[in-house]
Amino acid sequence: MTVRVQVEDFDAGAEIRRLRMAHRNTGAIVTFIGQVRDLNDGADVTTMTLEHYPGMTEKSLEVIIEQAKNRWDIYDALIVHRVGELQPADQIVLVVVTGAHRKEAFAACEFMMDYLKTEAPFWKKERTPTGEHWVEAKASDDVARERWNK
Amino acid sequence: MIKVLYFARLKESLNYSEEEISIPAGVSTVAHLMTHLAQRGDAWASLFAGKQVVRAAINHELVSNTAVIKDGDEVAFFPPVTGG
Repeated sequence: MTVRVQVEDFDAGAEIRRLRMAHRNTGAIVTFIGQVRDLNDGADVTTMTLEHYPGMTEKSLEVIIEQAKNRWDIYDALIVHRVGELQPADQIVLVVVTGAHRKEAFAACEFMMDYLKTEAPFWKKERTPTGEHWVEAKASDDVARERWNK
Repeated sequence: MIKVLYFARLKESLNYSEEEISIPAGVSTVAHLMTHLAQRGDAWASLFAGKQVVRAAINHELVSNTAVIKDGDEVAFFPPVTGG
C-alpha cells in the first residue's frame, strides 16, 4: 500500500510496472488518471492550484485504501496526488489497483476515487482570464460516494 | 492549549492559517468553538455563523460538529473538499 502527495509529476507506466511485478499472481491492473481540464463550468482555466492538509491528507488516503482492501479481494493499491500549481492537461491524480480479477479491481478503483473526491482534504483554486476562484464541491460527487453504502 | 488550523477559502478570507489558543470557557465541542470564533466578527462571523458549509477535523479525522474538543487537540476547519 502506498500513498504519495507530491508537487512533481508522476510516471504512470513506471508506477504500474512496479505494482504489476510485486505479485506474481496478478491478473488485472486497473488505473485511473485525472488531469486538469482547460474548461470548467464554461470558463477557460489557465492555472489550477491544489492545496492540502499535510498529515491528514496522507492519512485519509491510507484509510481509503484500507477500506477498499477490506471490501474487495485486491492485492495492492497506490494513490499519487499532486499539489501546487498545475496547468491544463497536467496530471493530477493516479490510482492503481492490482488483483487477480478485473471485476474486483475495477470496483475498488472506482470506490477509491469516489471517496477521495469527497473525503480527502484537497482544495482546488482555478485561475481564469477574469480572476481566481475556489472550486465548489459537487453534489453529484456525494451521490457517487453514497451509492457504496447501499 | 489547542492548535486551530484553517484551510483554502477559510485561510484566505480570515487571513489566518493557524493559531494556538486555550480552550475558551464554555467550549467543549466543535460547534461551541465555531460559535466562539464567530464572535470575532466580520469574516469570522460570516464563515462560522453564516450559511457556508464548514467541515471540521480533530487530530486528522473528519468529525461532526458535536465532536468533543480536548486539551492538546489539533482542530482544523475547511470547506468541502474538491480534490481528484
